[in-house]
Amino acid sequence: MKVSAVITLKKDVLDPQGKVIHETLDGMGFNSVNEVRQGKYFEIDVKENDPKKAKDLVEDMCKKLLANLVIENYKIIETQ
Amino acid sequence: MKSSVITFPGSNCDRDMDVALTKFGFKNKMVWHNDQELPKSDLIVLPGGFSYGDYLRCGSMASKSKIMNSVINFAKSGGLVMGICNGFQILVEAGLVPGVLLRNKYLQFICKNVHVKVDNKENTFFKNLDKKVLEFHIAHNEGNYFCTNNQLKEIEDNNQIAIYYCDQNGNTNDQINPNGSIKNIAGIFNKEKNVLGMMPHPERMIDESLSGEDGSIFFKNLLNNIK
Repeated sequence: MKVSAVITLKKDVLDPQGKVIHETLDGMGFNSVNEVRQGKYFEIDVKENDPKKAKDLVEDMCKKLLANLVIENYKIIETQ
Repeated sequence: MKSSVITFPGSNCDRDMDVALTKFGFKNKMVWHNDQELPKSDLIVLPGGFSYGDYLRCGSMASKSKIMNSVINFAKSGGLVMGICNGFQILVEAGLVPGVLLRNKYLQFICKNVHVKVDNKENTFFKNLDKKVLEFHIAHNEGNYFCTNNQLKEIEDNNQIAIYYCDQNGNTNDQINPNGSIKNIAGIFNKEKNVLGMMPHPERMIDESLSGEDGSIFFKNLLNNIK
């Protein structure tokens, strides 16, 4: 079963890359952007067919390795 | 005195550290990341470099390697552990010192000499050091020290800030801050002060004709403190 997780920086953490991307978009004429925050996306294929168990497994991975909870939040977005 | 330097895949300051420790009288051993047990040591050093190519987050993979279980146990039982640059990033990812190291504020890799102010000398690393400002070298892309407000309060209450970026006279301010670190923090201790993580490289300042001698001062003092 495939599980997807998105890791984003917490609100108060400075995201210089997001800022530069925002400025570049601005320079390209995309003037309606309020803010850009860059994150990470993981697609994990686990040997597990139960959606709840698969989700719990990836959540554990997020807590222990994929995200650093001092600065990042994680969200399991879909299982298929 | 015995020391061990851990080599991770992608470490590149491990041999410099070996040279520095040996020069000032440590009997040093190199330890591979996949080993399970540490040799008997008075000091463990996690060196600089780019362990695992900085994949995911700097230091995150290395912090889960086999030898780290022994390093964590060694630290928790009061053993001296020092992480330099990528070693500092590994220490924060392993949870041995608080906070994280973010990308430098202006997104540039910084490679230059800096001055650091030693604030807390009530610990084995800096006790009896007769200089307050040291000149070290930094070379990093992710050295921007960050922690939550609650962590910062705890760090300050426990005197855990080891060194600050400063000018040559010891003044700290935003202009002298190379990477955007909170409060100009360049190095930090754990609560018990037996674990030190810092971005600057003392091992690059051990030859008068090539660099400067402030690294020599640091290592000589450290050896005397451990004896």
